[in-house]
Amino acid sequence: MIQWTTNFLASTFLISTPIILVGLGIVFSERAGVINIGAEGLMLIGALMGVVGSWATGSVILGTLIAMLSGVFFSLIFAYLTVSLRANQVVAGLALNIFAGGFTVVMNRLIFGVAGNAAKIDVFNTVPIPVLKEIPIVGASLFSQPLPVYIALIAAPLLQFYLMRSNPGLKIRAVGENPKAADSLGISVPAVRYMTLLYAGAMAGFAGAFVSMGQVSFFSEGMIAGKGYMALAAVVFGNYNPVGVLMAGLVFGSAESLQYRLQASGSPIPYQFLLMLPYIITVLALCVYHKKTNRPAYSGQPYHKG
Amino acid sequence: MLLEMEHVTKRFGELVANRDVSLSVRAGEVHALLGENGAGKTTLMNILSGMYAADEGVIRLNGEKIVINNARDAIAKGIGMVHQHFMLVPALTVIENVVLGLKENKHFLDLRGAAARLNELGDKFGLAVDPWAKVADLSIGQQQRVEILKALYRDAQLLILDEPTAVLTPQEVESLFAMIRTLTQEGLTIIFISHKLMEILGICDRCTVLRRGEVVQTIDVADITDKQHLANMMVGRQVDLHVQKPRVTPGDEVLKLDDICYTDKDGARRVKNVSFAIRRGEILGICGIDGSGQSQLVECITGLAHATQGSVTLNGKPSNQMPTREILRHGVSHIPEDRHRMAMVGQLSINENLLLMTSARKDFLCHGLYRWKAISTYNQKLCEDYQIKAQGVSEPMTNLSGGNQQKVIVAREMDRHPNLLIAMHPNRGLDIGSTKYIQGKIVEARNNGAAVLLVSGDLEEIMDLSDRIAVMYNGRIMAVMPQQSATIDKLGLLMAGVMPEGMNEHIATNGAS
Repeated sequence: MIQWTTNFLASTFLISTPIILVGLGIVFSERAGVINIGAEGLMLIGALMGVVGSWATGSVILGTLIAMLSGVFFSLIFAYLTVSLRANQVVAGLALNIFAGGFTVVMNRLIFGVAGNAAKIDVFNTVPIPVLKEIPIVGASLFSQPLPVYIALIAAPLLQFYLMRSNPGLKIRAVGENPKAADSLGISVPAVRYMTLLYAGAMAGFAGAFVSMGQVSFFSEGMIAGKGYMALAAVVFGNYNPVGVLMAGLVFGSAESLQYRLQASGSPIPYQFLLMLPYIITVLALCVYHKKTNRPAYSGQPYHKG
Repeated sequence: MLLEMEHVTKRFGELVANRDVSLSVRAGEVHALLGENGAGKTTLMNILSGMYAADEGVIRLNGEKIVINNARDAIAKGIGMVHQHFMLVPALTVIENVVLGLKENKHFLDLRGAAARLNELGDKFGLAVDPWAKVADLSIGQQQRVEILKALYRDAQLLILDEPTAVLTPQEVESLFAMIRTLTQEGLTIIFISHKLMEILGICDRCTVLRRGEVVQTIDVADITDKQHLANMMVGRQVDLHVQKPRVTPGDEVLKLDDICYTDKDGARRVKNVSFAIRRGEILGICGIDGSGQSQLVECITGLAHATQGSVTLNGKPSNQMPTREILRHGVSHIPEDRHRMAMVGQLSINENLLLMTSARKDFLCHGLYRWKAISTYNQKLCEDYQIKAQGVSEPMTNLSGGNQQKVIVAREMDRHPNLLIAMHPNRGLDIGSTKYIQGKIVEARNNGAAVLLVSGDLEEIMDLSDRIAVMYNGRIMAVMPQQSATIDKLGLLMAGVMPEGMNEHIATNGAS
């Protein structure tokens, strides 16, 4: 039982991390009033570019940086469309996702061949924390994880503080809640939205890189499989707070982790049903949680000056 | 002179919002900008506060030529503006709103220090507000204080107030005026935008009248002897400020509400035990602060919502559970509170908007298809009768001015010769010319034997038009009284939930009969 719990927790943290990382990014752009459905596609691009980068440079860190930069690059296009040209955010986000699906397939086959990627790459290894790793259960689960897991867990409260107490954080919240008021005080609404989108793009790239180099060690087509959407749900479920995103991410991650455990334990339930589990829990969470929220008043609305 | 604007012109495409406008404001005065809607008052002030850039003209502050490119520049020059629609972020606290966008902000905010400074300012100017309260939880009057404090916190020397009284109760207006006096004593200069003559006479030192984007005249308020003169100057022609209302003996009861309650889907009790009746040939005016339950009460009558308790009787028949279509068939006309959201379809033409109510008329149909020629001819005449200014009946509603849009709706509703006319904020946001016209039409409906339910926040309008007046507060009818025994002060107190001395439930029930 102890073994089962340890394994369950370990895989929960591992599986939650990409959802949390991308969620910690888009929670800021959502707060600034931009609906960022494109996170799914950005993660997919990040997953591929991370592997390519790691393969080319021989370093997982450099690979991750390349993934983050490609996330920033495609976010820039998304920001130009939605903020500068005021295109519909949902449509632009869907376009980005569809584009990413095709783009990553083509690039993957161009670089690694149709047979798929057998290249050996540098990946995130576990970094057990001295002393703490000796604690029963949590030592082997929480404190023996790759670096990005720790980053996700520590970043959430720090980002929460940043959003609520810093000057840029206040501007971000104001821009999402009443862009005109922010404008009347000399705050540039487009600048704030661009910055949050670029940051969210970097986080999506990071999250994608962790999927391909932290959970596995290769890129496969369509491997994000809705994690970007789950992060969007986590932002809502987490009431648009970074700490809330962390909690929601852990809940969704635990559902998926449970699903793997059940499959492995030879459960009589057909595995297709078990695969649904995390998505069902996501839907149920959103159904149950519909209280008055911190959803920004101007969410999804392009800003016209004057 | 503190401020001089010289030969300022601002165009929006073809439209000239300000043409060669010159304005000078003395230090320490309250300077009124008077004009109808669309006269260019707000545009001119938006140029001053950096929201728009002028196409031509010069701005001088203390004799020095200044250039204002954006809001930040204006703030740096000590110019603060309180917009008619507050520029506050409701989800944030007062202090967060106050420090938002300050350039002296450090990366991490010192909200506690800022709150201390805000309290100091509040004490100095008599404008105390809790810095930690969420703006969404404040009353409109308090929100206005936050807006003023926001400007003072930025060391504003010149404060622009854009129609500051539009949303206030009479008592709140009094306290705003007291605030303005304190501010000018402390050396501030105020520009006060309004189209209400009484306010200008009450608080301002000088007044600049704008009409169609141009300055008509600047005058000392002390020299104004005649309100009528000021009104004529603003409108550009003779306007009749008085509503002619002949005596009419009320006839049969048309609408009767008995102990109506309404609880909305969130479980909030919006209407509480409301009873009254309206007879043919009388206007019952309901006044109250916005959100006191007037909207829900009207919805319960028009069938857009159903009362959760009590009974509604229309022409002697219970109409509680009637669908709206049935209620309309009983001769109920409705001028809804929100023109754009409820009364019209902006993209459709005048013709089509008028047809929405007459779509089943036999003479408009031929084998189930519309006879557009007949419809257009009919509506054309209606537009002429109601003095609607438009290119033609095929013009989309959005192209019309607010006053003309409202006239189309009034035409549509009055053309049905209603038994019961429900008019909710019929003149909100309209200029004085349209307002007087529509008020005249409402009185006409009453003279022709309709029962009229008038809901308005404008006490002058309520006093001018009503035969009886009911005051609503927090979902309840505080009192119903004949117009003759009502005063603005009394109504103002009741609107704030205070029973004036010498008044009691007895009078309230007596008036309700």
